[in-house]
Amino acid sequence: MALVEFRGVSYEIAGKPILLDLSLRIEAGETLVLLGRSGSGKTTALKMINGMLFPTRGQVLVDGKPTTEWDPIRLRRRMGYVIQEVGLFPHFTVRDNIGLVPKLEGWTPADIDNRVDLLLEKVGMPPTDFRTRYPRQLSGGQRQRVGVARALAADPPVLLFDEPFGALDPVTRLELQQQFLALQRDFKKTSIFVTHDVREAMHLGSNIALLDRGRLDFVAPPLEFRNAVSQEARAFLACLEN
Amino acid sequence: MRSDLLEEILRLSADHLLLVVNAMVVAIAIGVPLGIFLTRRPKARPWLLGFANIMQTIPSLALLGFLIPIPFIGGIGKRTAIVALVLYALLPILRNTFVGILGVEAAVCESAVAMGMTDSQLLRQVQLPLAAPTIMAGIRVATVTTIGTATIAAIIGGGGLGVFIFRGVASLDTVQILAGAVPAALIALAADGGLGWVERKLSPV
Repeated sequence: MALVEFRGVSYEIAGKPILLDLSLRIEAGETLVLLGRSGSGKTTALKMINGMLFPTRGQVLVDGKPTTEWDPIRLRRRMGYVIQEVGLFPHFTVRDNIGLVPKLEGWTPADIDNRVDLLLEKVGMPPTDFRTRYPRQLSGGQRQRVGVARALAADPPVLLFDEPFGALDPVTRLELQQQFLALQRDFKKTSIFVTHDVREAMHLGSNIALLDRGRLDFVAPPLEFRNAVSQEARAFLACLEN
Repeated sequence: MRSDLLEEILRLSADHLLLVVNAMVVAIAIGVPLGIFLTRRPKARPWLLGFANIMQTIPSLALLGFLIPIPFIGGIGKRTAIVALVLYALLPILRNTFVGILGVEAAVCESAVAMGMTDSQLLRQVQLPLAAPTIMAGIRVATVTTIGTATIAAIIGGGGLGVFIFRGVASLDTVQILAGAVPAALIALAADGGLGWVERKLSPV
């Protein structure tokens, strides 16, 4: 059984179609990259996995159960969520930001402290230096590292990423991509990663799903993607050549 | 200065403060929850904000005139004056609560929801702490305005420092007018300073 499955999913806002008949299976342990231009519907698809949006037609299944039948709170706490703007709570310390979901889940403060320190180590931020800082005292790259640590905090089986590294400088972006791959090896999560950057897609994905104006163009592992012949795929592959 | 005048100034200042504190407690108790309600119910916005706006435009003397014949909340005395003051104080508190909560960065609220916060957790742990300085600014503006407006309570027997002012105007007695106006101004300055300090203390970052 696929961990996440889209079954004939369409979504429209005020009669305007955003997604059209999307069917897609995401198996446990894979990193599926949703690749597409702005407005291709990739963020919309991502937000359907954790019940921030619901399909107009069709179903999104998580663990075989449609998202409409999940308690939205339970569903979301099974999924880490990382966005480009990071969205750290400015009035919480790094420790409280990372420890938020564990706290909501009723962990003891000692367990939260241990988990926070472990995750800060994993994302390359010495806990003694960073635990008590506030988001405004961090650089953009450090903030996004905390964002990733926060998503991993309660050890969710699924991680959702929405262009998480898009606002970072190229050097920091590469560092965070390497770290993403290292974390993926350590934690073996299932990740769905939205990007418009074909390099990033090739680098991070075990599978790439290309979206073109709300339709699924095709799904393939990165090596096969190189040989894709569709017009939209060639347009993206052209970006690799310069 | 005659000691009986000084004594009256103290007595009426205390009376004035009582009017203001009563009105502000009620206005906050209504305005903040109503502001929160508006952030959750977009359809109610034009109605409630429109009502609060209209209240602000009614001249204070006319508003007291309207209130006097209304049973339970009207009549002569402090109660009517407090009702009028609450109606004036409502708009800044309501609007700042609403604007403060909606002004919390969208990405922060989106993260909170995506991490599985319930609406009440989002409100208590994220939106209210981050909106607190804005809400407090509304309360400060409303309080300072109310301290000035409360002088008209005297016209319907509500007491307060307005007693001096109306007496002074009627008898062309500058000392009496100043005996009302100066303490009112001092109270307003003190309230502005004190609440401004609270506002800065509430700033979460």
